[in-house]
Amino acid sequence: MQPLTNRVKDVDRRPMTIGEKIYLPAILKGMSITFSHMFKKKPTINFPEQNRPFSPVFRGLHVLNRDEEGRERCTACGLCAVACPAEAITMEAAERQPGEEHLYREEKYAARYEINMLRCIFCGLCEEACPKDAIYLSETFAPSNYARKSLIYGKNDLLIPDPKTEAADLAKAKGL
Amino acid sequence: MSEQQLFKVTIDNITIEVPAGTTILNAARKIGGDVAPPAMCYYSKLQGSGGKCRTCLVEVSKGSEKDPRPMPKLVASCRTTVMDGMEVKNITSPRVTDARAGVVEFLLINHPLDCPICDQAGECHLQDLGYDHGKAGTRYEFQRRTFHKVSLGDYIQLHMTRCILCYRCVFTADQMTAKREHGVLDRGDHAQIATFIERNLHNEFIGNVIDVCPVGALTDRTFRFKNRVWFTKPVDAHRNCPTCCGEVQLWMRGDEVFRVTARKDEWGEIKDSSDGKTGWICNTCRFEKKHISDWVIEGPSNINRHSVISQGHYVGVEKPAETFEKVMDGRKPRYFMDIHNVSEVNRPDIELSLLDGPATAKIFDEPQKDNK
Repeated sequence: MQPLTNRVKDVDRRPMTIGEKIYLPAILKGMSITFSHMFKKKPTINFPEQNRPFSPVFRGLHVLNRDEEGRERCTACGLCAVACPAEAITMEAAERQPGEEHLYREEKYAARYEINMLRCIFCGLCEEACPKDAIYLSETFAPSNYARKSLIYGKNDLLIPDPKTEAADLAKAKGL
Repeated sequence: MSEQQLFKVTIDNITIEVPAGTTILNAARKIGGDVAPPAMCYYSKLQGSGGKCRTCLVEVSKGSEKDPRPMPKLVASCRTTVMDGMEVKNITSPRVTDARAGVVEFLLINHPLDCPICDQAGECHLQDLGYDHGKAGTRYEFQRRTFHKVSLGDYIQLHMTRCILCYRCVFTADQMTAKREHGVLDRGDHAQIATFIERNLHNEFIGNVIDVCPVGALTDRTFRFKNRVWFTKPVDAHRNCPTCCGEVQLWMRGDEVFRVTARKDEWGEIKDSSDGKTGWICNTCRFEKKHISDWVIEGPSNINRHSVISQGHYVGVEKPAETFEKVMDGRKPRYFMDIHNVSEVNRPDIELSLLDGPATAKIFDEPQKDNK
């Protein structure tokens, strides 16, 4: 049969010679490989203290964005929900009332917004569908949990800190 | 000229015979498909409509058999009648598509690009037209025309900023009612659809202006912001209504009736009802019958599969038989989580469809009795 690659090696099935039977040269050869690694650069990092940089296209935990004045950007247009292949996103819209202009950017807003993280597949289509720059997949891993009910994320879990009132929290979240 | 006389007209190399006096647009609609020019202001059910928006422009490359000279300019197909031997170019003419793209851009000059908020999004003719011609963005840098939102009566929301002045609603109100109550005030850039001194509209059939509006200028207050069109499922239904034909389309979610509209044909116009008249529906049917028990449901409406409305509607799905109980000797599966215990969306105790107006934060913030 023609081999698929040129890296195929036939297994040597001849009986071992005396030099091979005493194993010592093989052990020494193996040890030399092992000890040579002590002088090489460490490929691992001390994880919780150190972090590897994420790739620029990394898709992690969702955040709901606010604008510079701290108003929610989401208008509950439903495009993220219709784009979502896992049907993880649900929302309910409400009309902005007089006096709520500092909270919501447009006349309609998402009164409820939920992402079912049990369903989410982190494909990022919601981010792409959003016409208002309201939802982003951040560079954070979604935390795991023992309870299913803790993985239904509402607006409290998703909204970023208000840049006006919680500027310190926002800076911390951004890793500054 | 007898009425039986048939004119032969060729539209985009497709020949059809139509009676004399037919407009090019209607002849093209007889052929159907992409050949039919889009129309924003023309409405076949309304007398005198058309000739305002210029989206239906076509090129007449041969005037008629007797006078084969082409027409010098593009003509509005909704207002131009066919001649014998006429040859028309619609999508085969680059001049037409170019001119139409320009028309779309002009229509969008004052139209706000607030489709994420607008309730018409998903069934908006202007949205479709903009996307068809790649004119979803705008080059316009100046201040757009803005108006305050007005409630025309309890049920109709007029958002004049979105209006493209097609006059369809004016014709509807004019032709369906004995007394004219609203019209276009002011001229040019200031022109606006209004009731004089913002008087409420009171007429049993006035809700039909919502259906004829090609954009989101006239919308249903009882549906305002409650859901997006593509999350509701359209079904055909009827009821025995003393004032109208009672044949409607319900936009449902589960067992909730979110919105009631008249049935639309493939051109987005109100269909004829089974008695042959135009299927206008009355305000009672449209705004007040929001219980599923009010209606006799005929079945799901036929929606073009390219429409966003058919997104996520799984048609023709065969549900596999549930084998769990059979395998486990009749034991029911134990659920780890009931979503309603955790989720704050789609609370069973809030019936959005029965609210008179849009939901507010107050409605959602009321504590849930059973589960919290």
